[in-house]
Amino acid sequence: MCTTCGCGNGDALIEGKTVGREAGQDGAPQEHSHHHDDGSTAGSQADAPQQAQPGQYRRAADASGAHWHRHSDGTWHSHIHGGGSAHGEQASVIAGARTAGDAQGIAASRIVQIEQDILAKNDALAAVNRRFLGDHGVFALNLVSSPGSGKTTLLVRTIRDWAGRTPLAVIEGDQRTSRDADRVRAAGALAVQINTAKGCHLDAQMVAHALTHLKLSDDSLLLIENVGNLVCPAAFDLGEAHKVAILSVTEGDDKPLKYPDMFHAADLLLINKIDLLPHVEFDVAAAIEYARRVRPGLEVLLVSAQTGAGVAEWLAWLERGVSVARERRQSSVEALRRRVAELEDELARREPTVAPA
Amino acid sequence: MHEMALAESVLEIVEGTARQNGDARVSAVWLEIGALSYVEPEAMRFCFDAVTRGSLAERARLEIVTTPGAAWCMPCGDTVSLATRGEPCPRCGSFQLAVSQGEAMRVTQIELA
Repeated sequence: MCTTCGCGNGDALIEGKTVGREAGQDGAPQEHSHHHDDGSTAGSQADAPQQAQPGQYRRAADASGAHWHRHSDGTWHSHIHGGGSAHGEQASVIAGARTAGDAQGIAASRIVQIEQDILAKNDALAAVNRRFLGDHGVFALNLVSSPGSGKTTLLVRTIRDWAGRTPLAVIEGDQRTSRDADRVRAAGALAVQINTAKGCHLDAQMVAHALTHLKLSDDSLLLIENVGNLVCPAAFDLGEAHKVAILSVTEGDDKPLKYPDMFHAADLLLINKIDLLPHVEFDVAAAIEYARRVRPGLEVLLVSAQTGAGVAEWLAWLERGVSVARERRQSSVEALRRRVAELEDELARREPTVAPA
Repeated sequence: MHEMALAESVLEIVEGTARQNGDARVSAVWLEIGALSYVEPEAMRFCFDAVTRGSLAERARLEIVTTPGAAWCMPCGDTVSLATRGEPCPRCGSFQLAVSQGEAMRVTQIELA
């Protein structure tokens, strides 16, 4: 565990149940063990069905070997297969063996070139999440901020005011308790709580597991509330369309300069609690200027989750994202239909050449 | 800090390679850490020592090679050096910068004993 902030991995809970992180015998990641809503546990790769079963939907594997499939109960599940295949190049890069000091009879040592991104595994899983969400036309956002910026209050407001548009689901990340998921459910959204225990951020694997617990509708909105922390969540792609940073006016207007990585990673900045501006020393123009120093062109909206000021503009921004995600899904479905029709035509043209037995 | 999670990813990569080489003991690990990446080198050292205990990389030497930050400055139309995010172009003072180097966080090589 890190003594700086006490974070670590491996104790994460989703809806109070453990998330497995097991390694194969060869040390390769095999992201498997998890619990389903019905209480059953996913098995290891060895006993997993090798072919799609009736009622089970199997996604095509991507280059990393990671994929999603659907169980007969409607829940989804993703994992990475194979001996280090999530690492892609790992198997093929071992080269450049070198001996040192053998003339003197000193034990030989070898240098092995690896050239691998530290976040490769997270990024591969995030890509799987992104593809899954894209295939379903889900517009997913990763909400990041320091603790106390009003993320959950803003979520509750968003859920209430979004009612009647599209289904909305929430993944809640906190070190402990399900208080936020309870608040979000009470407001009327589908929610799943991830407890990171010692962890200071959500990662793509936690979100992949959380997605198995959510029966997401096509063309819907998914809001992921990250752990309140302006440092660590910046590095971890979850598969979202955008990171949205929330800064409240009760914080310093120079936070974008103090925590540049997070504001750099964001595509939208929400300045929250603007109803308190008369009572605090917060220079809105300066905050925006600082944020755009680290992220040129950053979009900014001013809101108050409490009074509802600016919420209409926030919802309009969400609606634009939702409609883009829906159009992309529909055009890919259309493209797929056209391709199927082409293949059927081709097959029909070939059939007469087959001689009857 | 998230360096704990990153150190665990480093160990996973390193041990995976060591196992493919007959469970060889790892005597040194080289990381490339960009000046504009999400890693604080000293925190990474601390976390690396913590996570490698009891592993094939226990007591391995950690070599961190820091790559400097650079960005494309739009007004200058040129690549300029950038020490940290949020700083202006050292030439023209503009913040219209697109980072082009210094974000890498990679395991570059390991030494097997």
